[in-house]
Amino acid sequence: MVAFKTTSAKVFKLKDNKSTLPYLLLLPGLLWLVLFFIVPIFSLGQMSTKVAGADTGEFVQGYRFANYIDAFSASKEQFFRSFLYGILATLIALAIAYPLAYAIAFKSGKWKNVLLVLVVAPFFVSFLLRTIAWKQILGEEGPVVGVLRGLHLISPQTSITSSAFAVVTGLAYNFLPFMTLPLYASLERIDPRTLEAAGDLYANGITTFRKITLPLSMPGVVAGTLLTFIPAAGDYINATILGSPTSKMLGNVIEARFFKIVDYPTAAALSFTLMAAILILVTFYIRRAGTEELV
Amino acid sequence: MAVDASTSARGDLILKNLTKSFGEFNAVDDLSLVIPKGSFFALLGPSGCGKTTTLRMVAGLEVPTSGSIFVGETDITEMKPYRRPVNTVFQNYALFPHLTIFENIAFGLRRRGITDAEVKTAVDKVLTLIELPELAGRKPNQLSGGQQQRIAVARAIVNRPALLLLDEPLGALDLKLRRQMQIELKWIQTEIGITFVHVTHDQEEAMTMADTIAVMNKGKIEQMGTPEELYDSPKTSFVANFLGQSNLIPGKVSGSDGDNLVVDLFGTKVSVPKSRNSATGDSVLVGVRPEKFRIALEGKATHGNVLTGAVVSDVSYIGVSTQYQVEMPWGKEVMVFEQNDDDEEMLRKGAKVVLSWEPIFTFALDGKDSATAGSN
Repeated sequence: MVAFKTTSAKVFKLKDNKSTLPYLLLLPGLLWLVLFFIVPIFSLGQMSTKVAGADTGEFVQGYRFANYIDAFSASKEQFFRSFLYGILATLIALAIAYPLAYAIAFKSGKWKNVLLVLVVAPFFVSFLLRTIAWKQILGEEGPVVGVLRGLHLISPQTSITSSAFAVVTGLAYNFLPFMTLPLYASLERIDPRTLEAAGDLYANGITTFRKITLPLSMPGVVAGTLLTFIPAAGDYINATILGSPTSKMLGNVIEARFFKIVDYPTAAALSFTLMAAILILVTFYIRRAGTEELV
Repeated sequence: MAVDASTSARGDLILKNLTKSFGEFNAVDDLSLVIPKGSFFALLGPSGCGKTTTLRMVAGLEVPTSGSIFVGETDITEMKPYRRPVNTVFQNYALFPHLTIFENIAFGLRRRGITDAEVKTAVDKVLTLIELPELAGRKPNQLSGGQQQRIAVARAIVNRPALLLLDEPLGALDLKLRRQMQIELKWIQTEIGITFVHVTHDQEEAMTMADTIAVMNKGKIEQMGTPEELYDSPKTSFVANFLGQSNLIPGKVSGSDGDNLVVDLFGTKVSVPKSRNSATGDSVLVGVRPEKFRIALEGKATHGNVLTGAVVSDVSYIGVSTQYQVEMPWGKEVMVFEQNDDDEEMLRKGAKVVLSWEPIFTFALDGKDSATAGSN
């Protein structure tokens, strides 16, 4: 009997350990989030309803929710442009990344790992440098303009830097790995035999792609588009370096309000509006994707 | 795109001089074969013998290096897989994970432009045939292995192909379920009358289901025949050892006695029916299946072919039978299976015994064959 008791006590203790372990593992991440995400968000929220105080740079809490309306109506244009550019950049990245990820997953053979390294290679160079490099590529002496002019697709006077084109392609370029990697991960998981089975069941290549490959890669498409769209819509570096005054995004406005005009409440209100808008759009998108209506 | 597999090519599956090389290696080597329409045919062999490659060439998933494939009069060698009157049950089923069971089964029908109403009728019918009508709305990952297996069969046969290819279809199931599915697959085949070509490395599976078995080894067919023919009259030591177990004892033909050959086995004369001798010269391997031996203590009455001076070296009792390893006077061991169907006492290790068997149960192979080829 005694022996029995000891064992059961041990079993109980083991179970107890198991139930607290997940929380212990969560703790560091949780602390990090609270300290560097929840607290700043909270103070940003507080800031967004403050009003200007006596001195420059001093703000007092006035619970002025009209800040949001003022901020939004002052930068509507940039707000919608952010979304438009974000969506365009995402679509371009998707169009480039899908075939790339497909080729890596199914056709690359022994080159698979090399290609994957190449996909993430740009990360070894800073975001800022890459964007400046993009400016060189699109610049007056660069290859892109040369080719386009040679093909008479653009007139000799037209330049493609400092334009919406440069900003959108810059965004697509910078976030391409975020699109490629999740797409690759979901394509790679597809059992090639299911594709063979589709062919065996009278589906040609296009039908197999439409009915099997694409639906099975939807988790990757959703993840990739979100990982591209969210940072792209909030980005301001591309618009700063590659854009013109007519291609400013909301990020640029927020930056200006924070650091140049020192109008913290408006900047905070804009930040929140952008965040909320992205959240709503993303929620809507995921729900649609979840019901497979996107296919 | 609508391919009407139900009326296009019909008839026997004919493989003519089919070869598939991967670099220097011939996975399938000049294979010629006729599989009669409506039969249950098994390609049996160890892994790497070329059986799956053969199947994939018939399915259109591999391109033959040379040779041709016909279904009846139609040459399908160059045909795209999705145009062939052939459907496949894949090794791990390859069901479409994002589609319901209904849509999985309907997939082939929809590709052929069949109306919704007809699709529904056909799918319901096949689900009833495999006795799983309640699963139509589920997704594949909600099904057990055995259920997935049946759905994979249903997805293929619903298209009424001329030919159903099964690539190790029962490999992922446990033994009990495998037995059950063997009977079920055989029943389905009889029920719908489609030619089944079944690839397996499991000799029991092949023997249970197939009308005709082709034993493959190194890209070639070693022997083809009914399970009984292959088991009772193997033509090579590979077949003798791969299908069940065989005791192969080297001997010399010393004469002839009516319909029998007389063979000298280390000094003892035994009879072998001439009809079951596949050796061309005098040097032979005499084959006896372990269950054909009778084993008795020395001194008891015997008849037929008799080998004396043997000693039991190991005994294992396995319920329905007892397996003896017996050391022969010439130093080699043979296997003897004795049915546990009488009240005779089990022989003990070290007992001096006599082996005897009916001459009709003896076969002879070419003495140049390796006695251990194909043993597993």
